[in-house]
Amino acid sequence: MPLLEIQNLTVEFPTISGLFRAVDGVSLTCDTGEILSIVGESGSGKSVSMLALMGLLPSNARITADRMAFDGKDLLSLSARQRRTVIGKDMAMIFQEPMSSLNPCFTVGYQLGETLRLHMGLNRAERRTRSIELLKFVGIPAPEDRLGNYPHQMSGGMSQRVMIAMALACNPKLLIADEPTTALDVTIQAQILELLVRLQRENGMALVLITHDMGVVAETAERVQVQYAGQKVEEQPVSGLFRDPHHPYTAALLASLPERAVIGERLPSIPGVVPGQHDRPEGCLFSPRCTFATDLCRREVHEQGPDFGRALCNYPLRIGIPMGHPTLSVALAGEDA
Amino acid sequence: MREAALGNSGMNGETSDKALGAPVLEGRDLARYYAISRGPFKPTATVRALNGVSFSLHSGRTLAVVGESGCGKSTLARLVTMIEDPTAGELLIDGKPARVGDRSLRSLVQIVFQNPYGSLNPRQKVGTILDEPLRINTKDDAATRRAKVEEMMQKVGLRPEHYDRYPHMFSGGQRQRIAIARALMLRPKVLVLDEPVSALDLSIQAQVLNLLMDLQKEMGLAYLFISHGLSVVRHIADDIMVMYLGRPVETGTSEAVFSDPQHPYTAALLSATPVANPQGRRQRIALQGELPSPLKPPSGCPFNPRCWRATDQCREIMPALAGDAAQQFACYHPLGEKAPSPPSA
Repeated sequence: MPLLEIQNLTVEFPTISGLFRAVDGVSLTCDTGEILSIVGESGSGKSVSMLALMGLLPSNARITADRMAFDGKDLLSLSARQRRTVIGKDMAMIFQEPMSSLNPCFTVGYQLGETLRLHMGLNRAERRTRSIELLKFVGIPAPEDRLGNYPHQMSGGMSQRVMIAMALACNPKLLIADEPTTALDVTIQAQILELLVRLQRENGMALVLITHDMGVVAETAERVQVQYAGQKVEEQPVSGLFRDPHHPYTAALLASLPERAVIGERLPSIPGVVPGQHDRPEGCLFSPRCTFATDLCRREVHEQGPDFGRALCNYPLRIGIPMGHPTLSVALAGEDA
Repeated sequence: MREAALGNSGMNGETSDKALGAPVLEGRDLARYYAISRGPFKPTATVRALNGVSFSLHSGRTLAVVGESGCGKSTLARLVTMIEDPTAGELLIDGKPARVGDRSLRSLVQIVFQNPYGSLNPRQKVGTILDEPLRINTKDDAATRRAKVEEMMQKVGLRPEHYDRYPHMFSGGQRQRIAIARALMLRPKVLVLDEPVSALDLSIQAQVLNLLMDLQKEMGLAYLFISHGLSVVRHIADDIMVMYLGRPVETGTSEAVFSDPQHPYTAALLSATPVANPQGRRQRIALQGELPSPLKPPSGCPFNPRCWRATDQCREIMPALAGDAAQQFACYHPLGEKAPSPPSA
């Protein structure tokens, strides 16, 4: 049984103009020692699904799932109090904005110690020793002096290291990193990613890395899940995803990367925008922007098997050719012959 | 150093100055210092945000300025758009020296900001936003202005019915189109693009980059493209200036700098940029530490505390920018020569 298992998770928010569905039937699994990356553009529901898992959404959010289990515990049936014994201890999360995730009113040492006191019941001296150890672990020079610092005295990279140290304080089994390097410079980003991967290996943690940066995915993840407008559209090991994407959205996204295009030429772009609350189409959500869409796509959409990366597409791609497409696949196959 | 950096028509590689005509934008040894107060009873400190920056930019070409936060990119944008005067050095726009408040030159350089959610007034309709530059700077009547606005809207891919809508009704990519249209209303020669696509989603980023490339071809615009995304820069730029702590450390044609970086910082920056190719996972150059405080820059080369090739010479004297027409760098131990290899991650 995998460490983390979510089946058919849906999150909805009531708004003045009706329910807004931020996450739409997403399933995922992540096992010990694995790096799973969730990739998608803004509005694809990648953060919200993880916040739902952590129980960090506002109380008006409607969360439904067939199954949400972590480490043998059914999270859906836990009370808030029971859930809090798991969250922050066995399951921890780091966020995008390190500067605003730390409380500006307390010292780094206090904020680190809080986790240790609540979950591990360490006394003052033990907390100090462990805090120093943790800060050293994440590569902060002179950790003894840093304990008395306030967040504003540190740079973004340092704050993110403190956040990581805090998340690691109780040796979690699962670490969720929500865009951990988006706010940081590239050389610092490289340092932080390196650190996360090293810690994941050394501690045998499961790591869920949420990002929108295809480069970060390619360089760190093992398995990738692509999300679009709240739905999971494809799931593949990282090498397969970049070599042979099965969903037209993934393929178009990869094609629009500047580094994959001829320098100075126009980039292949995806027309239109991600559907919002009021213009969600029937059938496949990507159909209005998809080059291969047919009337069938505008009515309904079927999930493919594991051969096609469970692509949520009626005509999944194989080396760029839409399989089973009424007009295109025949024409393309004819060309080949 | 100044002569060397200047005499190169240089940043344009093979093409000579003659072929391109005079540069529309030229910086000569630009510097900008800020005095900041550190509290009562303490002397004010000086931040050297920009130091010894020289460049020239021709019509129809793109110069990219890359570097991490605090490297002086945005300060350079403030000087070029005449929001601030340089502390030292000279800025020439269309061959004329530029000063803050010079209205005749101001319309020639316009800027597009990073965040289209913050740079458009939420209380103004698109039409009003685009009309404002014309209303203030030209004597056109309302009908002419409206025609001009609609022409520009069509150029950047907005529909005529968008004229009466408010910014909140648009997505990020379309807002950036509005911001670009606003910048182009007065037909500038130079457009400063301050991270124009980094706030946008990947699929939208390609649309906006395509638009920028089309507009450049059509209107012969010169772009000063400020960015930290190296893959975008490589795609769009002709020339590159890599900055570190307010100083240019390497300049040259995009091709030369990307294929054969000479300054260790450029190499580290290139290697730190994630590449979307899982087969190409490679050893990174692991840079230690962070950008030093611009209040207390290290002596000598600003990069020496993080550089794996630094020697005593680097710690004492700032190296000058040197090299040939296609590429110059400020380093005593460029990567071309034999030297200790970078620490791998």
